[in-house]
Amino acid sequence: MAALIESRNLALHFGGLKAVDGVDFTLQPGEIHGLIGPNGAGKTTFVSLLSGRRLPQSGTIHLAGEDITRLPAHLRVRRGIAYTFQITSIFPRLSVFDNVALAVQSQGVSDLSGKTLAALARVGLEGLEEQEAQTLSYGHQRLLELAMGLALNPKLLILDEPTQGLAASEIQGFKDLVRSLVPATTVLLIEHNMEVVMDLATRITVLTFGRVLASGTPAEIRANPSVQEAYLGA
Amino acid sequence: MAFGPFLLLALMEGLVTAAVLALAAAGLSLVFGVMRVVNVAHGEFYMLGAVLAWAVTTMIPGPPALAFLAAVIIAPLLVAALAAAADGLILKRLNYDPEATIVATIGLLYILQQAALSLYGPNANPVTAPFEWRIQLPWFGYSGYKLFVVFAAGMVLLALWLFMNRTKAGLVMRATQVDRTTAQAFGINVDRVYMGTFALGAGLAALAGVLVVPIQQAQYLMGHDPLLLSFIVVIIGGLGSLRGTLIAALVIGLSDGVISMFFTPTLAKILATLLVAMVLVFRPQGLFGAKA
Amino acid sequence: MTGNSSKVWMLHLALLAVLFSAQYWLSPYNVTNLSRIMVLAVFAMGYNLAFGYTGLLSLGHALLLGAGMYAAGLPAQLWGWSAGPAFIAGIAGGGLVAAALGLLALRTAGVSFMIVTLMFAQAGYLTLLYFAPVTGGDDGFAVVATSRTLMGFDLSTDTPRFLAALMIFAVGLLASLALVRSPFGRTMVAMRENEERSRMLGYNPFTVKLAALTISGLYAGAAGAAYAILFGYVGASFATIQYSILPMLYVLLGGAGTTLGPFLGALLMFALIEAATGITTAHQFIVGAALVVLVLFAPKGILGTIRERWVRWLP
Repeated sequence: MAALIESRNLALHFGGLKAVDGVDFTLQPGEIHGLIGPNGAGKTTFVSLLSGRRLPQSGTIHLAGEDITRLPAHLRVRRGIAYTFQITSIFPRLSVFDNVALAVQSQGVSDLSGKTLAALARVGLEGLEEQEAQTLSYGHQRLLELAMGLALNPKLLILDEPTQGLAASEIQGFKDLVRSLVPATTVLLIEHNMEVVMDLATRITVLTFGRVLASGTPAEIRANPSVQEAYLGA
Repeated sequence: MAFGPFLLLALMEGLVTAAVLALAAAGLSLVFGVMRVVNVAHGEFYMLGAVLAWAVTTMIPGPPALAFLAAVIIAPLLVAALAAAADGLILKRLNYDPEATIVATIGLLYILQQAALSLYGPNANPVTAPFEWRIQLPWFGYSGYKLFVVFAAGMVLLALWLFMNRTKAGLVMRATQVDRTTAQAFGINVDRVYMGTFALGAGLAALAGVLVVPIQQAQYLMGHDPLLLSFIVVIIGGLGSLRGTLIAALVIGLSDGVISMFFTPTLAKILATLLVAMVLVFRPQGLFGAKA
Repeated sequence: MTGNSSKVWMLHLALLAVLFSAQYWLSPYNVTNLSRIMVLAVFAMGYNLAFGYTGLLSLGHALLLGAGMYAAGLPAQLWGWSAGPAFIAGIAGGGLVAAALGLLALRTAGVSFMIVTLMFAQAGYLTLLYFAPVTGGDDGFAVVATSRTLMGFDLSTDTPRFLAALMIFAVGLLASLALVRSPFGRTMVAMRENEERSRMLGYNPFTVKLAALTISGLYAGAAGAAYAILFGYVGASFATIQYSILPMLYVLLGGAGTTLGPFLGALLMFALIEAATGITTAHQFIVGAALVVLVLFAPKGILGTIRERWVRWLP
């Protein structure tokens, strides 16, 4: 099967800091792909390059065979790459409904209200649509962020540390939700919570110092000695 | 008059403009650099300097030189005190939010202009120059006072540079400019630094107004052009860069002197405002500023 | 939501009904003042769409007002256009100049955007002065009487002028209400609230802001043209910085990001200056003090505060 996302030799350096240093990466349609690595390994910078928030200095990115290396971020969103922010980025003074409706209407305005309420129901925020987003609890704001991502109806959903700050009870619900997305949506998951990644991901890529250290199934990653040395065992 | 002397005259006039402009613009640049505040009322501080110079020289009897010396000291101090009060009462309460402070200083502009109109009146009044030397060149005579203005402005700017780079207060201001939060963490009283900076900036504008008033009469609307020109200088020189401000003031002042000899002043102003807008759009670090 | 929707429309229609009835219970002098206020309110509504909803704090809207005024006034003066075509030309003039301004100025944001719009407006004003033989400069010119009639009505007389002003105001008000309640209105607010997030929802902030500024320009153009036709005067003084500050003041006073705020602000400011005229001639002082007080103590304005505290459904 053709890759959904394929990056070749992707690089972005900030002065002497090689944040992303020649990454080859392939994402198959329908998988839940975990992206792990120590702090500062370049995970967030790498997905910024995929989503178009930053442009690479060299290398290429293809989406379903089409070169999108220089495509502006908003056009990538329209082609099906959705990004949810690590630090919750919602519209704090707008209602929960308006937050999600903004995502829905960028895809078209037919049945705006129905689709918006459906996306809210999917993450379990039904009944809160009139509330101002900034008055939500932190966990609910994370779910709102997720609902905005889902409402974009993406081919690829990039989740940047989605479980950070969630209570243990909320994490189970989150895992069920992510499982329900595939195979219609492919998920790329940056996550520090090893238990969540090992449980959810069908494949895992490990980044260190801006480079790919290893890639494989959770079992392979767990057994990989260099991963254990660089990351898990440390 | 032949073209050569004519150009020389234009350049000398331009140099005087540049000197006054450099003083006013340095104040604007300082305030923007340290506080990130765009002070739209800056031209009114210049106007107040000129109007107060007139008030001081009319009230103090005695030789013009003495009265003028009093004006040079008193007027900028009064304006600086006024600015310090405006900082404490208005800008500080706005937390120096960039957009809110612009709106507030627009309000301040209206208030100060109206105050000048109500208290001082609509007329333009002259102030006698402190001395009446004329320098006789082969082609034309030239006012010695105008050359003194250039000299005085140069001295003040030199003092300002020394103050910023050689004194502890200047160091504190520069530290605050680089990073307000860190400065606060190191025990710098940022509120006081801001108040002092705003007062100093206003004082420089007022001093420019005092120096210019024997050449150009004092009038309540006279702050408009210096504000515009200071904006132009500060933006072209690179926002917050003192060195760039000086270079730009020279360029703008000299070209203003030359251009207005050959073009109508209106056309020159149109070109200048468009230039500023284009610089901000396409080269926001300024023509002489370092690349960001 | 739907319950509120009918309440919202009723409120706006009720205001229009009250304004319509004003011709019967206000003195002729105040009817003329109200006509003027409604025209200025159209200008402020346009400003509000850019500033209050989209977050574009412009200091150059006088350029757009002047563009509308001259785009209507010059054809009337030079080629004898009648009121209808001249008015349409004015709207188009405001929109076109706003689009051109936006193409350049929207490359900047925040403080730079304010200064760039200020500078372009200043250049526009100076250009009007430079071409004073055609534009009349600061003195301006009177619009010929033949260009001030529409379908047989003489718009320089009180009642037709009032009705024309009310008509323009009503269309502007209801259109702005429909706009801010539409999906595009929501997108405009998204630019004000969080531009980066909007980009990651698939919006191009530049085009959204350009569209909002252009719509704002259509309003300013309509106001400028209406002023020229209804009050018979065209002059460069309407392109001065004062006329960039006034709509900002109206909007801040009435409430930025509220549909009725611009009108309320224009009305109150006009009344305030009118009332103060007996006591002092220091109009500028009132304007200046109002700006400082608002930005210090009531940055949300009257309706913004009312919405926050009591009437959540206010648009």
